[in-house]
Amino acid sequence: MYNTPRSITLFLGFLFILLLCYPLYGDLIFGSKSSFYMQKLTTIIIFAILAMSLDLLVGVSGLVSMGHALFFGFAGYVLALISPEYDAANIWIVLPAVLASCAVIGLVVAFLTIKTSGIYFIMVTLAFGQMAFYFFNDSDFAGGSDGMYIMMKPAVMLGDIQLLNLESKQTIFYTSLACMALVYLILRMLLRSPFGQVLVGIHANEHRVKAIGYNTNHYKIVSFVIAATLAGLAGFLAATQYGFVNPSQLGWHTSGYALMMVIMGGAGTIFGPALGAFVFEILHSFFESFTDHWLMLMGTVMIAVVLFLPNGIGGALLEFVRKLEKKPVQAQDGEKSDG
Amino acid sequence: MDLTTILIQLLNSVQYGLLLFLISSGLTLVFGIMGVINLAHGAMYMIGAYLAYAFVEWSGSFSVALLLGIPVMLVVGIIIERFLIDHLYKKDHLFQVLLTFGLILILNDLQSLIWGNDTHGVPIPEVLSGSITLTDTMQYPVYRLTVSAICLVLALGMYWVIQKTRLGMTIRAGASNREMVEALGINVRTLFTIIFAAGVALAGLGGMISAPLSSVYPGMGDSVLIICLVVVVIGGIGSIKGAFWGAMLIGLVSTFGPILIPSLASVMVYLVMAIVLLVKPRGLFA
Repeated sequence: MYNTPRSITLFLGFLFILLLCYPLYGDLIFGSKSSFYMQKLTTIIIFAILAMSLDLLVGVSGLVSMGHALFFGFAGYVLALISPEYDAANIWIVLPAVLASCAVIGLVVAFLTIKTSGIYFIMVTLAFGQMAFYFFNDSDFAGGSDGMYIMMKPAVMLGDIQLLNLESKQTIFYTSLACMALVYLILRMLLRSPFGQVLVGIHANEHRVKAIGYNTNHYKIVSFVIAATLAGLAGFLAATQYGFVNPSQLGWHTSGYALMMVIMGGAGTIFGPALGAFVFEILHSFFESFTDHWLMLMGTVMIAVVLFLPNGIGGALLEFVRKLEKKPVQAQDGEKSDG
Repeated sequence: MDLTTILIQLLNSVQYGLLLFLISSGLTLVFGIMGVINLAHGAMYMIGAYLAYAFVEWSGSFSVALLLGIPVMLVVGIIIERFLIDHLYKKDHLFQVLLTFGLILILNDLQSLIWGNDTHGVPIPEVLSGSITLTDTMQYPVYRLTVSAICLVLALGMYWVIQKTRLGMTIRAGASNREMVEALGINVRTLFTIIFAAGVALAGLGGMISAPLSSVYPGMGDSVLIICLVVVVIGGIGSIKGAFWGAMLIGLVSTFGPILIPSLASVMVYLVMAIVLLVKPRGLFA
């Protein structure tokens, strides 16, 4: 689980460079639509961050949350609420504030839900997500069902020097891409650490990990808080990109889509859910381009993934590479099949 | 708030609670016995409501709509169980959640394809359109009382089937130890189909009888699903008794909550759930 085969790392690196160079070839391929597609790609990259953060819960710790969008949307609302109305906010203040508030809310939700398990955890996280949805949907202070605007994007200043201009689409694109790479590396490091090993152990067999003497609830709570904070980062980027938040961003449909990205990409692989976000959103855009009834097609794809590709694209890739290398099946297989 | 308002609200909350019980019982039954979480349960409620609308438009009679609608719901349930749910029994809950979520997307879209995105109304059947005079100043619509009566009869019927009949015995046994029931030679396969179809029919019936009370609109199943999940979580997943008391509690909270503390109206039921979870993480009757 914690060693990605070299060929997959190369493949991921290739995809990353492809993204990195998009502004170079975008105009050649898509012409005038290039900037539109760059925005789309930025959105997908942000979803990839959300999906990877959810994978820490679903694929690594075995906590299936159906309310993960809560933190994604909440982050946007916090940014909108603390940003001055006609002035750019200082990113060195608002970003830590947004992440910290997501961590705190994550802690509260984790504290209330962590004692439940299995199906209970799914239902309860879903219910808390909806609670947040209705809270903002019916609120006077946050624009109700219309949502809120962020007129000025946060300013990234170092003293008097402007480091990044987030008003530029290309800067947002590269900022999101850098965040995605950073989140991926953080999660990889976390997985290799003793802390991550305990989480993997909890997923495989919580009773045994308890028997060794770990307080599994503490580990699960910390993992929940980390995932909530990373989802908050994604929410911060999304709100900054569009300058707009609305209640549907924390609704359970968004949570369901995020969960689908994780499974489609391959739970527990970290890189898989990012791939899943790309495949999911590209399919979504493709279906949307020729029919109003794209939801039906997406629903069909979801059912097909559950029935025919339960280990996701990442799982299929890993299996393919292993067959190619003709390696004997490793111990990691045992861990994966539990997911 | 005077006594009359309190009384009316109390009747409303009992009526709402009973209706919630009718819908949630299907959800909790399917989970308790089959170990399957059906997120598309709310979509079944929606289909029921739209079927009531369509059949009433076509035949002009609400009872004809009920008579036609229930078999259709049973067939829908059988088809979904046989073709989709059947693949999920040995799989993680995660996959059940995703598959039934996909089903919601498909059904919601089918609804807008067939019936469009307008809001429709279903007239209250004429025989039941009157009101009963309770006191000098207070009247209560007959249809609401009828809905409560239907729900109560079904609740008692369900209690009788589960506690007193052979099928019920198998159901209870299946809920506590599935392998043992199979080992005794009972066809769990058929039992599961029956249970799932019954659960779908209960949700559909809930949608049909509540269609005249609220309008019929796209996405109406989503909010019902979430409230039912809250009911089931409060009562304890799989417990019919829990679903009953959970539904009554939510009925009370969602009728009186907005009157007593208007600012917390929309999140009140979730707060109740959070408190219950703090005290009893597995629900009141698990």
